[in-house]
Amino acid sequence: MNNAFLPVLTISTFIVLIWYSFSIVLNSSWALDKAERNDQKLSFSELVHDTWSQKKPKLPTPHQVGYEMWKTIFDKKVTSKRSLVYHGWITLSATLAGFMLGTLLGILLALAIVHDKATNLSVMPWIITSQTIPILALAPMIIVVLSSIGFTGLLPKAVISMYLSFFPIVVGMVKGLRSPDLLEIDQMKTWSASQFQILIKLRLPKSIPFLFTSLKLGMAASLVGAIVGELPSGAIAGLGARMLSGSYYGQTIQIWSALFTAAILAASLVGLISIIQAFVFKRMMIVR
Amino acid sequence: MTDETVISAQSLDLTFQTNDGPIHALKDVNLNITKGDFISFIGPSGCGKTTFLRVMADLDQPTDGTITINGVSPKAARESRAYGYVFQSAGLYPWRTIGKNIRLPLEIMGISKSEQKERVEKVLKLVELEDFEKKFPWQLSGGMQQRASIARALAFDADILLMDEPFGALDEIVRDYLNEQLLKLWHSTKKTICFVTHSIPEAVYLSTKIVVMSPRPGRIIDIIESDLPDKRPLEIRDTKEFIDIAQRVREGLRAGHSYE
Repeated sequence: MNNAFLPVLTISTFIVLIWYSFSIVLNSSWALDKAERNDQKLSFSELVHDTWSQKKPKLPTPHQVGYEMWKTIFDKKVTSKRSLVYHGWITLSATLAGFMLGTLLGILLALAIVHDKATNLSVMPWIITSQTIPILALAPMIIVVLSSIGFTGLLPKAVISMYLSFFPIVVGMVKGLRSPDLLEIDQMKTWSASQFQILIKLRLPKSIPFLFTSLKLGMAASLVGAIVGELPSGAIAGLGARMLSGSYYGQTIQIWSALFTAAILAASLVGLISIIQAFVFKRMMIVR
Repeated sequence: MTDETVISAQSLDLTFQTNDGPIHALKDVNLNITKGDFISFIGPSGCGKTTFLRVMADLDQPTDGTITINGVSPKAARESRAYGYVFQSAGLYPWRTIGKNIRLPLEIMGISKSEQKERVEKVLKLVELEDFEKKFPWQLSGGMQQRASIARALAFDADILLMDEPFGALDEIVRDYLNEQLLKLWHSTKKTICFVTHSIPEAVYLSTKIVVMSPRPGRIIDIIESDLPDKRPLEIRDTKEFIDIAQRVREGLRAGHSYE
């Protein structure tokens, strides 16, 4: 762990340096135009200062994004419409609902696919097809259809989130449930074990490592789904709505703050699954 | 009592259909196994020895001929838990302790918790692993894992033990020790044991009857009754009687073109 500290720090510094340089390059034309209109000549240090402190820069600097996040996460009341905690919670609740639905659907489908040949042949192609449709094209339709039968708010977003997250769960669990080798299945047969007993005693425990890999992928996909679900509905709350309104009004700093909040949220959720995974693996003596 | 036939195969045939054409895994196999026998099946790869064991266990089905275990079909025998099967690899579940691994077939068979406990203690004693009930498989050596797997096959007290090269992956020193232990176990439990092996000394050392098999098609070449005494120290392998039987096994294998 300690050995990784220096390389990680180096890469991070490198990324921040590039970011600041690009802020100068991308924001300079606006700064120069403004100076020309005012008949001013900018020295390089004045140019840098201007490009790093514009109100609506093309590329905001890390410190501008950081300051905006600080303001909107810690300084605003969490009930405020301008608090990122408020928006983050709206998105998080849809993410978690979608993740749970997706996990449930994924596991049920995997169980059916592994135990029934007809399901395997008939459902698997549809599952794969479902993921080839761009979610951005599908999301508005899911929202329209669900709102026409009276579902608005969290549920449509959760459904879109589920649509993205069930896929890695199905694929991983099918592989996991099929991971017992022929010898292990034969062994169960010599004890005249039922399919259900084979599932409980052998297939499920063996699929646990696959499940955790899938859960991490599914969690990240869920958050993307929840944010995408907020874009076409003209939602006024949620990180997706925050990004959308930011783009309407050219509030790039607001977009980047929402983006980073979403990234931090996703990393925390995946990290939480990793912690649970480490605990379960230790209990089950699984060596990675 | 001692003449009671437990396994009887008559003109048993088994042909696997593969993309490269049919494979005659077993052809016209006739064999009677008497209660309390220790039978070894020896022969090169593809001679059908494992297939024959799998037919007894109802893991493969013969295409022709009849076979009975305790007078009933292999399927009925399997369902009535007539046999315990030991595979080449121990197949212990890493997430279960040794004790819990041995409980696994008992849980599946719906045996009560208190009886499970009793049986686990009993079979662990039989394979001399009393102190390892709470240990996990990775904490045991390969030989100990295989002993645990034998204990698991013994746990539900079947009269027949089917063993498919159980010591094949172990080194010779461990193998010698386990062979001695297995003989002791066989003496104390009076089970009928069918034992598949590649090793001539192992077959001769353990068996009351050695079935020599040959491939393409898989068939029985010779059935050798061993006249070695019941008490067999490892040193018996240097006696003339032992070497004579080993010689006969080798001749059988040669007659079946096993060395080509």
